[in-house]
Amino acid sequence: MFHNSGRLFYFLLKTDRLKIAIWLLSFTLITVAVPISFENLYPTQAERDVMGQTMGNPAIIAMLGPGDFDSYTVGAMTSHEMILLTAVVVGLMNILLVNRHTRVEEEEGVLELVRALPTGKGANMLAVFLYSLTVNLLLLLLIFSGLVVLGIESIDGNGSLLYGAVLGGTGILFAGITAVTAQLTDNGRSSFGLAFGLLLIAYFVRAVGDVSAETLSWFSPLHLTTRAEVFVSNQWWTVVPLFAGGLVLFVLAGYLVSIRDLDASFLPSRSGRTEASSWLGTPVGLAFRLQRPGIISWSVAMLLVGLSYGSILGDLETFFEGNQILQQMLPGESSDSFTDQFLSMLIVVISIMATIPALMAMLKLYKEEKRGRGDLPFSKPLSRARFFVSYLLIAMVEGAVMLFLAFFGLWIAAISVMEDPFSFGTILGAGAAYLPALYAMIGVSVVLIGFVPRKAGLVWAYLLYAFIVLYFGGLFKFPEWMEYLSPFGFVPELPNEEMAWTPIIFLSAMALVLIVLGFRGYQTRDLEG
Amino acid sequence: MTVIRTVDLSKQFGKVNALNKVNMEVKEGEVYGFIGPNGAGKSTTIRILLGMLNPSGGQAEVLGMDAKKDAVAIHRRLAYVPGDVNLWPNLTGGEVIDLLMSFHGVKNKGRKDELIQAFQFDPSKKCRTYSKGNRQKVALIAAFAIEPDLYIFDEPTSGLDPLMERTFQKYVKEARNQGKSILLSSHILSEVEQLCDRVGIIRDGEMIETGTLEDLRHLTRTNLYVETSRPIDNLETWEGVHDVEKRQSGVSFQVDTERMETVMAELGAFGIKKIESAPPTLEDLFMRHYEGSGGGDR
Ligand SMILES: Nc1ncnc2c1ncn2[C@@H]1O[C@H](COP(=O)(O)OP(=O)(O)O)[C@@H](O)[C@H]1O
Ligand SMILES: [Mg+2]
Repeated sequence: MFHNSGRLFYFLLKTDRLKIAIWLLSFTLITVAVPISFENLYPTQAERDVMGQTMGNPAIIAMLGPGDFDSYTVGAMTSHEMILLTAVVVGLMNILLVNRHTRVEEEEGVLELVRALPTGKGANMLAVFLYSLTVNLLLLLLIFSGLVVLGIESIDGNGSLLYGAVLGGTGILFAGITAVTAQLTDNGRSSFGLAFGLLLIAYFVRAVGDVSAETLSWFSPLHLTTRAEVFVSNQWWTVVPLFAGGLVLFVLAGYLVSIRDLDASFLPSRSGRTEASSWLGTPVGLAFRLQRPGIISWSVAMLLVGLSYGSILGDLETFFEGNQILQQMLPGESSDSFTDQFLSMLIVVISIMATIPALMAMLKLYKEEKRGRGDLPFSKPLSRARFFVSYLLIAMVEGAVMLFLAFFGLWIAAISVMEDPFSFGTILGAGAAYLPALYAMIGVSVVLIGFVPRKAGLVWAYLLYAFIVLYFGGLFKFPEWMEYLSPFGFVPELPNEEMAWTPIIFLSAMALVLIVLGFRGYQTRDLEG
Repeated sequence: MTVIRTVDLSKQFGKVNALNKVNMEVKEGEVYGFIGPNGAGKSTTIRILLGMLNPSGGQAEVLGMDAKKDAVAIHRRLAYVPGDVNLWPNLTGGEVIDLLMSFHGVKNKGRKDELIQAFQFDPSKKCRTYSKGNRQKVALIAAFAIEPDLYIFDEPTSGLDPLMERTFQKYVKEARNQGKSILLSSHILSEVEQLCDRVGIIRDGEMIETGTLEDLRHLTRTNLYVETSRPIDNLETWEGVHDVEKRQSGVSFQVDTERMETVMAELGAFGIKKIESAPPTLEDLFMRHYEGSGGGDR
């Protein structure tokens, strides 16, 4: 049954060694960098306690979980601010790795080859278990040694080991969950979706539970990561259910493998529609349908971003007083209200974020072409202009909707936490001022698609530039002209600055010119196949 | 009437000369075989005809209109099946067929269902799960359901099994009988032989022969393998015989198609024990062409 799993295990480790190394090193570096920077930013316990007070609000607890806010040592701070989110990403890593070596490889026919070799039926599952156990134990050791060598007083050996064990245990648990979902569905995307969906549900269940009803949190395995109270009271028992759960799930997955045929699954594969709904039969209908899952997830994400930023506005003033670095990062006069300054910066960040899905929607036009999925549509009696406009329309509407959702979320959260909240009109106006800049970015992507389609990805580098200049420009004292090399630099920073119409008109005209120009290129150039 | 005409059509991709002065003419109501090995320029020609690529030189006309300028008007009357059918992973086959049909404003459910039956196609699966042959079926079913005046098929049967290939041939013949025109590209000569009225042969971006298959017979040779009771002397000196090779118990060689009758008669005198013949391959045809035109070997 398990014949040759040792060799398979070795083979898995060998093929993935680079991937694993990158994942594990990233986890270790980030985990180690955080307490170091906390020590530098908040050198005295008094400063850390002020920080602890500002962190003890419901928005933060929903996002990061509960913590020991009364003695917020560097260790307590690190485990509170880092462990939950790191565990989520560790979970994601395990989902990706395990899904690849189970259902995805089965779908691609790799497992068929493996089974044809002299291996047992359960050999692959055992190999995957050993593989994920190895990866997570390596993570445990790296995190432990990384933290313990820092020699920070509140970060002791016992806590460091527990920190690693919590992350490794969460990893094993989600590896086991994925091993099971891979048996349930017949394709890699669905089994990934199922496992990842469980991860998200686990996160949100505990978010609601931590804020309003602690019993609810106990339904989420991720609650254990904060319940471990690493560097505070070090609850070692919490890792037991994580490791044991992972083991049990792997045994279950192995059993399921043994009773099913290759390529079979336990959930019936949903048989799809055999006919198209009528709106699909238009270019814009097709373009929308192809992007619908992305549009929905981005909408939810932008709303959540708005809500979570908005929920911290109430505690802002206290938050800033002890934080010189943040003060430097904020634009405008220091006499201004911190909230307004922070709000202006939030609006920039949110606008840049909202640009991402809009650009993705526009670049989809070229992505379809590159994947060879343009040949059939373009041989139909529909002009290139129709396809172009369809994608452009979706990109422009999506950009506006994303901005709206984020600012709506920001406002909803703000009115519930602020004593003197701003009006929806103020925030919406401030956000809307960024729409022409967002459209100018779409224009840049259109020009690339029209003239140098293979370099269309450069627009991401440009967006990153815009983000870095606006976000870190103040902190690193970049010269002012660098801001004006990106469309976002021209936008008046409401409500902190006065409204100015010239840049708005300029950016709109710019967007129009770029779009028309790019369209001309697109209209006449060769299509790729 | 001419449905497709190219005049000195050329195309460069950077330094690569994909097409060099290609002249092609497809007449109304005929099945035209467009033959050439991989990389010869078939797909490039077709994509120019569809207005997806701009020619570097020459003209391309389809249905009497300019391939690029009048693309929409042309496309209203044609259906195209690409060589590599790439579909949207999250749509089902049935959805894609409907989608392609409604891009043409066609809604012939009866015809569609008949084709789905004939091609034994399951339209309820997501395209991500389809094999190459099944993806080709999606494009073929949509094309035949649209019933246009002109069909352009780029190596349409490369993923189909022999049974489905026959179904495909059946529908091509049906379309021809209704007076439709068909351009069919392939890299396998025997595949087009059964369907095509005329063929054009392309190689390295140049059209090297055009005409009916009969016209091309003079270019073709048949491969023969014979075992005789008495050894054949000086076979290589016979007129119309080439590439003689001794095997264990017999001899293999090629015969010009127009010399076939005499060679067979003469062979009879040696007492034939066994004879095998194979149709000329595309490669043989090219070899012959190059020898004939005085060009060297490749
Ligand atoms: N987009 C492209 N860029 C560069 N070279 C290309 C491109 N498309 C085709 N070619 C080249 O043009 C030649 C003809 O290709 P193609 O028309 O696809 O041949 P066929 O369809 O007959 O197999 C080949 O040498 C191919 O490599
Ligand atoms: Mg081709």
